[in-house]
Amino acid sequence: MNDTTPSAAANPRHTARPPTERVAMLRWMRENLFNSPINSMITVIIALFLVFALPDFIQWALFQSVWSGDHEACRAATGACWAVVGEKHRPMLFGVYPYDQHWRLILALVIYLSVIAATMTPAFWKVKILMPLWIFNLIVTLILMWGGVLGLQPIETSQWGGLPLTMVLFTGTVVFGSPLAVLLALGRRSHLPGIKSICVVFIESLRGVPLITILFVAVNVFPLFLPEGLEFDKLLRVMAGMAIFFACYQAEVIRGGLQAVPRGQIEAAEALGLSYWQLMRRIVLPQALRICLPGLVNHIIAAFKNTSFVLIIGLFDILTATTAVMEDPVWRIFFVEAYLFVALIYFVFCFALSKYSQLVERWLGEGRRF
Amino acid sequence: MISAAVPLSCAGGGDFSLIHFFLLSDNMASSEDSATEKLTAPDRVTPKGDTSIFNSMAFRGIAYQVLLAAFVILGGLYLYINVNANLERQGIATGWSFFNENAGFDIGESPIEYDSEDSYGFALWVGVLNTLRVAFVGIILATILGVFMGIARTSRNWLLSKVANVYVEICRNVPVVLHVLFWATVVRFLPHPKQAITPFDGAFLMNRGIVFPIPNEHPAYIWVGVAFVLGVIGAIFLGRWAQRRREMTGQYIPTFLWGCVIVIGLPLAAWLVQGAPLTWNVPALRGFNFQGGMALSPEYAALVVGVTVYTAAFIAEIVRAGIQSVPHGQIEAARALGLRPSFIMHYVTMPQALRVIVPPTASQYLSLTKNSSLGVLIGYPDLVNIGNTTLNQTGQAVEAIAIMMIVYLSISLAISTFMNLYNRLVAIKER
Amino acid sequence: MKTFITAVAAIAFAGAMAVDTKTAMAEDGPTLKAVKARGEVICGVHQGRYGFAIADSQGKWKGLDVDFCRAVAAATLGDSEKVKYIPLGSVQRFPALQSGEVDMLSRTTTITLTRDSALGLNFGPPTFYTGTGFMVRKSIGATTVDQMAGAAICVFPGSTTEKNIASLFKSKGMKFTPVVIESSKQLVGAYMSGRCDVLAMDQAGLPGHQQYDAKKPADHLIIPGVYSKEPLGIGVRAGDDQWFDIIKWVTHATFNAEEWGVSSKNVDSMLKTKDPNVKRLLGASADLGKKLGLDKQWAYRIIKQVGNYGEIYESNWGPPLSLARGINNLWTNGGLMYGFPMK
Repeated sequence: MNDTTPSAAANPRHTARPPTERVAMLRWMRENLFNSPINSMITVIIALFLVFALPDFIQWALFQSVWSGDHEACRAATGACWAVVGEKHRPMLFGVYPYDQHWRLILALVIYLSVIAATMTPAFWKVKILMPLWIFNLIVTLILMWGGVLGLQPIETSQWGGLPLTMVLFTGTVVFGSPLAVLLALGRRSHLPGIKSICVVFIESLRGVPLITILFVAVNVFPLFLPEGLEFDKLLRVMAGMAIFFACYQAEVIRGGLQAVPRGQIEAAEALGLSYWQLMRRIVLPQALRICLPGLVNHIIAAFKNTSFVLIIGLFDILTATTAVMEDPVWRIFFVEAYLFVALIYFVFCFALSKYSQLVERWLGEGRRF
Repeated sequence: MISAAVPLSCAGGGDFSLIHFFLLSDNMASSEDSATEKLTAPDRVTPKGDTSIFNSMAFRGIAYQVLLAAFVILGGLYLYINVNANLERQGIATGWSFFNENAGFDIGESPIEYDSEDSYGFALWVGVLNTLRVAFVGIILATILGVFMGIARTSRNWLLSKVANVYVEICRNVPVVLHVLFWATVVRFLPHPKQAITPFDGAFLMNRGIVFPIPNEHPAYIWVGVAFVLGVIGAIFLGRWAQRRREMTGQYIPTFLWGCVIVIGLPLAAWLVQGAPLTWNVPALRGFNFQGGMALSPEYAALVVGVTVYTAAFIAEIVRAGIQSVPHGQIEAARALGLRPSFIMHYVTMPQALRVIVPPTASQYLSLTKNSSLGVLIGYPDLVNIGNTTLNQTGQAVEAIAIMMIVYLSISLAISTFMNLYNRLVAIKER
Repeated sequence: MKTFITAVAAIAFAGAMAVDTKTAMAEDGPTLKAVKARGEVICGVHQGRYGFAIADSQGKWKGLDVDFCRAVAAATLGDSEKVKYIPLGSVQRFPALQSGEVDMLSRTTTITLTRDSALGLNFGPPTFYTGTGFMVRKSIGATTVDQMAGAAICVFPGSTTEKNIASLFKSKGMKFTPVVIESSKQLVGAYMSGRCDVLAMDQAGLPGHQQYDAKKPADHLIIPGVYSKEPLGIGVRAGDDQWFDIIKWVTHATFNAEEWGVSSKNVDSMLKTKDPNVKRLLGASADLGKKLGLDKQWAYRIIKQVGNYGEIYESNWGPPLSLARGINNLWTNGGLMYGFPMK
């Protein structure tokens, strides 16, 4: 292949043969890989790199790897030890949740993910369907996790762990954060100076500090701000901290959307005598949220990734659970594989969400293009 | 003006508003304010016949504000009283006197001389400098890598754009915490000092970090620095002059090359004039570790690489969007006018792309700075790490965390001020 | 407007409720009351240190610190299993106690003046005596601290060790590079991978890491001798004397039980003993528990369910760690463990 390329590139006119698959491919390569001297050079460099690096990686990840068995087999092999995932997947995925109750988490995850899948389907996009669906979802999954009713053994939030905890944190952040974000965005755009300045100070101070410090406040300091005897669950405090943090970023995105709503719309609504809240709820917000949908999804994805910060404060999300599991001296040296597994879970979720948001943008864009 | 603001804000920009409020720069805030001002046009909606004070929009406005203000003040007071009562009841020390107390712990790496007998305040200052060290280098590297990857994604080379695409998708969809942990693990796999890798003579790569030779100090270097600053100023003036001349006469002067000559040439000349002094401080293995040269700890390297690789993926996306936002017709039109490619890049593509690129990039710089706080996870002595130790030694959680927040807020404010000024420079002026 | 007023009313109500709980709790021993209401003792422990606190793969905790959590649960709630363990990093531990996240801190915590005073804590009697120790890789050839000049030392942040080595090296005029990581796994991993030459921590923690975390335990050397005084004790919040007393006397009960020969195996037969000390301890003759807000059998349950101090020590520091008791022996055997009179 390589020796035909230069001649074909040099005298394109001489290749007057009918276009076959091979030639089409050559032309494609010429157009996309070797269309200028610099590009040819770049292509060769990248190709060389891939030729050297990829086979080794594939060897390690696939052919020489151990997919099942004990740590002895892993130590003997030169490749990756995926058996560590098989061996440890339950404490990694479910943390310190009682072992014999894991079925509840699996069931909760299945319900939760199917509701998310349903939410992503346009056929379900009606408030009358989505609202009850989500209320049902939250109640059922929480009952499954918490227990204490229907003969389920009660399990405290401090024992929740792994992927379900990541999902709980993520859901809580978005569910509590979004309404707050809308309020903050509206407050910031308010014509009342008092409300506006309070919202601006609130948003900007929280956006100026790292999430870690907010989590520190939620965990270490906040209880000191409460009267003696009044306590909030640690999970709840962390979730509130993350929700507020999320809301401050989301508020800025929504503000961008609000600014983009044509003034004529607002004026028309005012002429009709709509009140402020009617105006916002029925005219402005629906348009604003649609306009800044990509930004909203970006921050929702960020919220999912940010759940991993709880590693620092010791809540057992999937990353913390994995770190804890990898304390096991026997399996300790295979933590690379374990972390790759966790990275894959994050990647699949975030990648799917971002691709989905592009899809929705296209759906919404259709019929609006003029 | 409003429609122009949309892509910026939606791309996650808007860190600029920090300045709107704190610096109250009028012309930047004006677009927002004019839109805000009449959003609800309160008085117009009030029905004429209803005179009840409760239905007056003006009254309601004041009432809402008073209520919110009262809520904030009373809430704050309530929390303040609680925290005081709690601290007193438990006998926890309060106040800032610990600032001057002897810290008593050592810090692994410090850009300035630090000793365990220095005060907590000084230890925290070391932490601030370490944080800035990561943020500064991280921002520069992330910009270089991000711009490169962003351009690569728009490249006509299929392989290059695919590789860049894979990089962007993988890196931005994995949490930054994992990035940092991953690189912290990678540096651990480097060999011991005795078997250190030597990429070139005098430099060593090992699990204690990276050491490389640096020139020994010499008084001549001060003049080289001065010459460099003068060179930069000169280059700026050259650019100004060339632009004025172009606007007046239409003559195009390639300033980039001359700018480079001035910026590099002047310090070089200063160095040569002083007799070209150059001796290297070459690191050598003594005892457990390398002495001499410049050393970067593995934690520093892992943190910088981790946050850089993560942030660069986002910057790449922003750059790609920026380049693709320039209508292709403009570039074709410029080509049809016979403008040379460098001119098109400089005067057609970039001014428009930068407008889209700069605001969200500023957000990324801020988030990189904030993510540098993950140093606490891998043992890099940044502000949060030292703040944490201080918190633990003194038990004053409220004060220690307050310091962290105030410092980060100030850094964020400084970065957004700077980026805001730059944005004003690149924003298209409406005439 | 209406919703707003409702919201304000709700907040005011919540505030009133908060005040209510406060007055109700202030009557006596808020911690004990909370523990009884909860039916669980929340105990802050180390994230993973062999001999002190380590969780197995089923999440069951084991260790000397853990046994004292269990002893407190046995005394207060009647069941040594009614403990919730909160693994804490060295930095998180004090805020966790101060903020009420845990009832007691049984986490290899050295008793120091600052911690006792400025941190708003109180410490029970030492449950373990140790000192700063060093583990080195044999290949670097250091066998004493004097040969460690310029070494990279892995150490936990906010620990007394961190301060000890700073002043130790300063006094010897030597320099070192601290590598400070809070996560136990990360820190020990850093040492094992060669990031540090030396691992510094309470000496009693070192054998476990050598035994279980090193690829070849024989490649590492624990430098003989300790370089500081580290009396480890159970920390509680200041301002709740009753809870402090319970912690104090639970600890003394385990010392005294060993001294008087009461163990988990013979405790039932010891109920019929003539020894007045043992009779008082086990609640056969006097009701000491009442004075602590507990029942008569509190110490009986500790010994029955957890054991005396000797048993606790043996089960955690016996083979394979095999740490000699040394100063952690009873005073009658030349150690420092000295149970106060229980009268």
